[in-house]
Amino acid sequence: MIQEKKQNGIAFVIGASSVGTLIEWYDFYIFGMLATIISKQFFPADAGTAALLSTLAIFAAGFIVRPFGALVFGRLGDLIGRKHTFLLTLVIMGGSTFAIGLVPGYATIGWAAPILVLILRLLQGLALGGEYGGAATYVAEHAPQGQRGFWTSWIQTTATLGLFLALGVIILIRSSQGVEKFSAEWGGWRYPFWISLLLVGVSILIRMRMSESPMFSKLKSEGKTSVNPLKESFGHKGNFKMVLLALFGAVMGQGVVWYTGQFYAQSFIETVCKVEFIQSRNLMLWAILLATPCFVLFGWLSDKVGRKWIMLIGMLAAVLTYRPIYKQFLSLTNAKNRIEKIDLSKTTASEPKVVTDAKEATKIYVTQTFDTAYTDGAHFKYTKTDTLHLTVAYNADLKIDASNPSLVISKSVKPNVVIEKTMDDTTYWNLIWLVFIQIVYVTMVYGPIAAFLVEMFPTKIRYTSMSLPYHIGNGVFGGLVPFLGTLIVEFTKSPESPMGDALAGLWYPIGVASVCLIIGVFYLSNKIDKNVMD
Amino acid sequence: MNAVKKLLGYVWMLIAPALICFLVYQAVEKISAAAEIQRANVALQWVIILLVFTPICIGFFIFGKYASANEYAQLPESSTEIE
Repeated sequence: MIQEKKQNGIAFVIGASSVGTLIEWYDFYIFGMLATIISKQFFPADAGTAALLSTLAIFAAGFIVRPFGALVFGRLGDLIGRKHTFLLTLVIMGGSTFAIGLVPGYATIGWAAPILVLILRLLQGLALGGEYGGAATYVAEHAPQGQRGFWTSWIQTTATLGLFLALGVIILIRSSQGVEKFSAEWGGWRYPFWISLLLVGVSILIRMRMSESPMFSKLKSEGKTSVNPLKESFGHKGNFKMVLLALFGAVMGQGVVWYTGQFYAQSFIETVCKVEFIQSRNLMLWAILLATPCFVLFGWLSDKVGRKWIMLIGMLAAVLTYRPIYKQFLSLTNAKNRIEKIDLSKTTASEPKVVTDAKEATKIYVTQTFDTAYTDGAHFKYTKTDTLHLTVAYNADLKIDASNPSLVISKSVKPNVVIEKTMDDTTYWNLIWLVFIQIVYVTMVYGPIAAFLVEMFPTKIRYTSMSLPYHIGNGVFGGLVPFLGTLIVEFTKSPESPMGDALAGLWYPIGVASVCLIIGVFYLSNKIDKNVMD
Repeated sequence: MNAVKKLLGYVWMLIAPALICFLVYQAVEKISAAAEIQRANVALQWVIILLVFTPICIGFFIFGKYASANEYAQLPESSTEIE
């Protein structure tokens, strides 16, 4: 009876903590996923300073504010308690997400728009920095001995499920509204931000019913809480060296494996392989859905065999297989590897559509779509836009004289070609399988890590000590995967090879994971700390 | 094993400053190669990267220093050993 009550208790703790953390991830992701529309609405590229603010919003929120949030809220969590601190982060995250959905566009309120969005995005980063450490610590401090990996792995699923929820909501709204309506100033792209208020409201109500972590309560009642968590975490050599080991021996590699599997893969499939928007997102959804139970599996397994080797095997597998997997992405989506249909018309070309530039009347865009069908069921759509520049002749009244033979048309040298590839069923499921493998690596490195970090640090400074390496590893090392990946591809471009090596960007996650793997193998311990009460 | 840990510590101590130099070199190269209109934006990106990575590299150097001093020869087994 008591055992059953205890299990119900921990199930409530997990449920309440996980829902809140999932919503925080959802809030953080929708901004990134709607970045193209957001930048059009709030940060127009032709307004120089707005582009700078955009850079700040993207870079600073992940790289500076997240670790800073870890310090601010980690300290607070070790001083006043876990429950109130991660309740506060939830309120900040939910409030700022909802508010982003309310800010009028640059076209309506000018500079105020990007400045407001920047501030709100920074608040999101700050809140995220404080949330995870609190939730993981809270759950671990409730978990029964010998099951810490299993119970904290539920918290680990939230980052992936948050991505799933964000992707699902966006696809649903976009599909029901159509692209144009979705992207308008007050269009459907704002709904995911507004939905957040409802989700956060429910989560706050649930979290209010939670009680403080038993370990923290005990420390507090004995007057043994930390007076200065920052100093004790990073000023004392004994603890600081463990913070460094956690970062360089585990979290740094976990961060890059996570971002590569979940974000770089999606971006690669969409921008390099040119798989159509909805299909590329749907295949991510399938892969996430199928791989998510592995978080719990590896969390559970880590209670039996230790955390270290599961995480390191995940990193090793990533290091060894990333390049073959991405090579396969390219091969599966390559037109050269399929046969065009010959029974129907091989390629259907649409009628050219002529549109005059809104600002320059002498600039005309001619768009034509070519649809190529293949025997395996795939079809690739190429939309080619030529830009024509007219040199106009004027008559005596300074009006355009179209009848004048001196009207000259010059064509842009390089047409803009947009490719959208819709894959056949077999290729589609092969792509899902390849993403699934990468997300299994994510579950191996990420599933046991909360328990691993919790066991590394003492209760009184646990929130602070584990939050900082976690957010440096994920926010900085992981968050830089797309930027540094693109930069490395740029290095490989040359006049002989203008596209460069599309796979070169993988050297960054492979390099970081390799260093982390070496450090992990030699310096980490596989011993499970049975007593986290101290 | 402890000898390898110690030896690797020196490697980390060498990698850390090399990384800072590499990043500074990249920053200068990318900022100067950027088109006039984008220069401020590219500069901002790299300033943020340098601001964030310099302390991380310093941390990596300290990690190497601890490793070379055999500080990780025996990991603590209870919190009292950490405090």
